[in-house]
Amino acid sequence: MGSDLSFSLNLFNYYEAVSMLIFGIGFTVLLLENNLIKKVIALNLMDTGTYLFLAAKGYVNGRAAPIITDGAAQAEAYVNPVPAGLVLTGIVVSVSMTAFLLALTVRLFLRYHTLNFDEIIRLSKKEE
Amino acid sequence: MIRNWFRSLYHWAEEGEFSAAGEDQSPAEQEESSVCLDESNAWLAEVRSDEGFVPRFLSWLGTPAAAALYRDLYRVFAAVICLTVTIVLLVTVPFLPEFGNPDNPANNEVSERYIERGLEETGATNIVAGMILDYRAFDTLGESNVLFAAMCSVAILLRVDRKGKEANIPEIQVWRWDGKANIYLRHATKILIPVTMIFGIFVVLNGHLSAGGGFSGGTILGASLILLSNAFGSKRLEHYFSNTVCKWLTFAALMAYACLKSYSFFTGANHLESGISLGTPGALFSAGLILPLNLCVGCVVACTMYSFYAMFRSGGIEDGV
Repeated sequence: MGSDLSFSLNLFNYYEAVSMLIFGIGFTVLLLENNLIKKVIALNLMDTGTYLFLAAKGYVNGRAAPIITDGAAQAEAYVNPVPAGLVLTGIVVSVSMTAFLLALTVRLFLRYHTLNFDEIIRLSKKEE
Repeated sequence: MIRNWFRSLYHWAEEGEFSAAGEDQSPAEQEESSVCLDESNAWLAEVRSDEGFVPRFLSWLGTPAAAALYRDLYRVFAAVICLTVTIVLLVTVPFLPEFGNPDNPANNEVSERYIERGLEETGATNIVAGMILDYRAFDTLGESNVLFAAMCSVAILLRVDRKGKEANIPEIQVWRWDGKANIYLRHATKILIPVTMIFGIFVVLNGHLSAGGGFSGGTILGASLILLSNAFGSKRLEHYFSNTVCKWLTFAALMAYACLKSYSFFTGANHLESGISLGTPGALFSAGLILPLNLCVGCVVACTMYSFYAMFRSGGIEDGV
């Protein structure tokens, strides 16, 4: 094939691989676990995987955090500041969502006296 | 039509009755669906008449064995999907750019511009703070509003109205920790509270100079408030930090943020002199609006953290006693 789209395989992207694994574990627990609290924890785990991925994308070997201390503003001295801002946004949204989901879980528990998702579905069907 | 058919099939499988489908529909909908229902009724009667595979399968669908099979199938399919997603994600990892390479596509002219001109344009030595509270300040206002909206939603779900005759959520035990906690907790709190409070304020005020800012400092302040209320009782804390104070503090902080940033956007968009001096980089009172904006964000975050805790504990912060 005369394709000029060349790339090399990087087998040492450990941080990215770990973030993907964390995301996958969170996704699996989210789908397979019946306990609502554990579902919320799994969602947070998925968030954490995403943050690790973003932070890994912004890192550059041997460079310092983007806080200019000596007055020299050279792009070659600091890591990428953009992913840090994105992670900050993500953390805020995930905190809000966690609080909201836990509040919903409290209301469900008060009504059905169980945290088991299947049981809640069964009970709510019976009520109809 | 297909939806109606499924609904009727579901009712038939659950209750053995086919005509119960349209009960929960409005009259107009019922009329509309009755035609489809008749069609499917006729079809099903036809299917029922001969004792073939389909009717036996349909009657089997309602049994508990089918429900168990469905649950097992769900677990198998979910596991397959999860495994597939994880494997696909892991396979993409070697195709991503090398970790920590300066020539990666993520390190493009955007981040270069932020680092090279950030200090002179925003006055903040912390480039991330300059980015989120100056270039992208509108986005951070949205974030603060997300926190506020989450606080409101949790309040809608969990807040116990103590002024009314009966609580709107009778099941929630209104638990007040008025007595004195464990002696270790109280003594540790006496030592820790000044340190954590001052550290939180330090992190908020130094957001434009070093790592930190309104979000992290506000979280530290909120955590110290939670510790205080655990050790010495919520009543004593909420004498000063009542629901009204929390509400108005959050509102005032969001309003101040919006007004300050509107002014800066207005002057910036119309090429007017804003009159906000950036000061000397590295000094506490420098970087223009970033310090007051950090203070606003810190207030919002601290109030949100403590009111989350208070609502999950006992249905909200008490009104001023």
